[in-house]
Amino acid sequence: MNKFTTALTAGVLAFAPMALLAEDSSDPIVIPIHNWSSQIVMSHVVGQIFESMGNNVEFVTTDSQAVYESVRLGDVTLELEVWEGAFGASFRAALEKGGLHDAGDHDAVTREDWWYPMWTKDACPGLPSWEALNECAAVFATAETGDKGRYLDGPVDWLKHGQERVEALGMDFVVVNAGSAAALWAEIGAAEADKRPVVVFNWTPNFAEAVWPGEFVEFPEWVDGCDKDPAVGPNKDALYDCGNPADGYLKKAAWDGMKDKWPAAYDVLTKISFTNPQIAEMARLVDVEEMEPEEAAAEWLEANPDVWQGWTS
Amino acid sequence: MADVTSDLKAGTSGPAQWSRGTWASALLIVAVALTALRYGGLLPDALHRIPEELIPPFAAWLDAFFNFVKDDLGLLTLTRTLTEGLEWLLDVTANLMFGKRRWPNIGPIPWTAIAGVAAVIGYYLGGWRMALLGAGTFIWTALIGQWKIAMETMSVLMVAAPLAFFIGLGLGILAWKYVAVNRVIKPILSVLQTLPFFTYLLPAVIFFKVGPTAGAVATTIYAIPPMILMTTLGLQKVPIEVVEAGNMSGCTKWQLLRHVYLPSARTEILVGVNQVIMLCLAMVVLTAFIGMPGLGAKLLAMMGSFKLGRSFEIGVTIVLLAVTLDRMSKAWVVKQPVHFERDTPWWRKHIVLLSGLGVFVFFCIAAQFIDVFAEIGRKQNFSQGKEIDTLIKGFLALDPVQNTTQAIRYVLNVWILNPFRDFLLSIPTPAFILLVVAFALSLGGRRPAIYAAIFFGLVALSGWWDRSVITLYSVISAVTLALLIGVPLGITAARSEKWSQRVLLACDTAQTFPSFIYLIPAIMLFGITATSVVMSILIFAMVPLTRYTIEGLRTVPPEMTEAADMAGATRMQKLVKVQFPLALPTMAVGFNQAIMFAFFMVIIAAFIGTQDLGQELQRTLAGTDLGKNFVLGICVSLMALTFDLTIMKWATDRKKALGLPD
Repeated sequence: MNKFTTALTAGVLAFAPMALLAEDSSDPIVIPIHNWSSQIVMSHVVGQIFESMGNNVEFVTTDSQAVYESVRLGDVTLELEVWEGAFGASFRAALEKGGLHDAGDHDAVTREDWWYPMWTKDACPGLPSWEALNECAAVFATAETGDKGRYLDGPVDWLKHGQERVEALGMDFVVVNAGSAAALWAEIGAAEADKRPVVVFNWTPNFAEAVWPGEFVEFPEWVDGCDKDPAVGPNKDALYDCGNPADGYLKKAAWDGMKDKWPAAYDVLTKISFTNPQIAEMARLVDVEEMEPEEAAAEWLEANPDVWQGWTS
Repeated sequence: MADVTSDLKAGTSGPAQWSRGTWASALLIVAVALTALRYGGLLPDALHRIPEELIPPFAAWLDAFFNFVKDDLGLLTLTRTLTEGLEWLLDVTANLMFGKRRWPNIGPIPWTAIAGVAAVIGYYLGGWRMALLGAGTFIWTALIGQWKIAMETMSVLMVAAPLAFFIGLGLGILAWKYVAVNRVIKPILSVLQTLPFFTYLLPAVIFFKVGPTAGAVATTIYAIPPMILMTTLGLQKVPIEVVEAGNMSGCTKWQLLRHVYLPSARTEILVGVNQVIMLCLAMVVLTAFIGMPGLGAKLLAMMGSFKLGRSFEIGVTIVLLAVTLDRMSKAWVVKQPVHFERDTPWWRKHIVLLSGLGVFVFFCIAAQFIDVFAEIGRKQNFSQGKEIDTLIKGFLALDPVQNTTQAIRYVLNVWILNPFRDFLLSIPTPAFILLVVAFALSLGGRRPAIYAAIFFGLVALSGWWDRSVITLYSVISAVTLALLIGVPLGITAARSEKWSQRVLLACDTAQTFPSFIYLIPAIMLFGITATSVVMSILIFAMVPLTRYTIEGLRTVPPEMTEAADMAGATRMQKLVKVQFPLALPTMAVGFNQAIMFAFFMVIIAAFIGTQDLGQELQRTLAGTDLGKNFVLGICVSLMALTFDLTIMKWATDRKKALGLPD
């Protein structure tokens, strides 16, 4: 028994300094990771910046919609990519309930709209105009849609209003909702094999730009109120008769408690701002160069010291 | 032998004037009449679908209830305290397995040490082959460059599986000891087993914090039911003589449980352990939505950027881990405890433990000097992601493949699936319920029929009727197709031992391969259509059908087949007249499982793009609609339970009538 106690004490003493060392840095800042590369790499980039300041950082994998509830509760400290189109609704809902706040915009703008891979242009040379698209609707027909073209919209919960737009502009298209981003890629990937023309929902910045060059369809330009006032836009009696804004925001969000708990890190977070090319480069390192996200982040930090060192000083 | 079935039919009809069959036909006629009225435009809308204003706001009520329990009763505070304890445990395993910077700060354990120990355990349980399997799995994981993520997964499972085991064991003992507990627990278990996983995820996040903790809790809850059932079953089977022997030697209650009951129920309890492990692995990918790190999260990220090759490799790793753990735990079930002679030296008794320890220490030390033993770095691994990618995409793009699938897609979608869906949706709600009740009545009898009426009535009242019907339509279509393919496959395979083994192995693999990976090729082949949905369910639903067909046919008593042979029956006659009727109850169990699997998979198919309950459930993930989330989950559960109760009742009745063991 005595021996056992001695051994135990020795063990505890041996590990104590290490435990102290780990706890020395305050609680870890919890950064959420979702399932697309640019966000994963950006999270690691910011995490490594925080670490270089002596903070303790931890990453947690979460659903990109459910994350706002966790930020609100403080289980997750921040969110680096709040897309206006995709997550605006969830973000605003959480904002209303309280617990998190807007921590500033990135320079990058986001765009989400109807999109086609380049080979589609061979079958429908008038693109990117939407009228031209409508004229070759038959090219996009599938077995299930008959003569009408098929437009593959994002998952319903992204609330993209593809159906409303088709009706408002009187287009010969049937809207089919994919169930996930992966489903969109699978459909483009399948079309790529025999260069079948497709028109799908897509967004930028996104890894897909590097894999499949393509363009957005040009719809009547977005005017404020197009989603609220029928009089706005070409069709005087309908909502959603314009394209989506070509310069949607990309925000950062922070838990309300972050400011007090990690003031220095919070200060950096508000200064952080990436541009579209920077985000594309981060995604490229993973998607094309096949690096692991941590390595891609380290590489990016090394290659772009002038971008981020200003934020920490 | 001419007809085993004919004399059974007499047994099912009661003494009453109207037999079950007549009642069922009567219901059927009413249902058809209602539908005909609807088609003729004579049925008022209120009888076609329950009017909106009559639908009770279940979701709002549930929300109010949850908020009360969560905040006023302080459940959130309680679970958050529990979370801290759980987090500490997870931090310890995380440190050991992949070196997270937490107490005790000694990890990560070198991969060679883990592979070595797996080999020793494998050798102990099942000889060289098992040792090879154990070590091989871990070596593959390391060489393919997935060591860290695999260990992230393992670090959570190492906590979740034992947790499920102990809670399940405890509840199982309670349920066996007290009838009241058993009565309460049984229906809860049935609901838990049919509840779609999306319904667990949101509460897990709210109560247990997003991250490994929520992942561990969701996994544990998912894995508990079979453990409870197997424990209760095992304890009930303990022979009375053994208990008396225990009583005679003066055991206290606790001693009786510890030294008599539990060891006697060893086999069932270990089968439960096996089930727990398999269910834990089944949740690896799904829990990634709520913060489970590791293989699942990586898989989702890889699929999000359309990397089929890497996704496939992760799938292989998960299958290998599952097969290894499955085989090892099954070997453990069979292996009886070894008893040594009195004078056996200590080291000889514990030779396995010692050699395991030796291997472990050896590799731990070796890893200090040889880096590759500690960790396989980037560019050292043998991942063939890109090559597999090209291969899969190339195959899917082949002209013959494309042409075949285009034809299948056209025929299925345009001629079969879409018209079938529209037909089901055109049936008035009351007629639909009557149809289901008639089905339950004719197969299972009165009780299942009453349950069917109540359950589908509730679904109708939930306000999600159309979506429920679409869910059901996918399930029925997929299971029907699975029957057409799976049963003949099973029959063919059951002819020889060799083929049975091969097909069963394929079944195991198909079942543990993460279902998410099927979705992408399904879409690439069949587009975002009902066909893809049905095809991805089909793969999953075929597994139990084939497996139970093989098992049912192979367990037909040899006397019966010999009698048939002597009577000069042809192979076909033997199959149709003897083997089939006798195997049918077992096949029904497989059919039932196929339906349960289909209900599970149809929800996952929401990621392809559906318009059913799964799509709505997926949507609730975004917010905090706990109430709606539950209503949707319960709808799925109620429909699944109706089938479960009916078919299982039929199978048991039938087995009894045929004099077959359970």
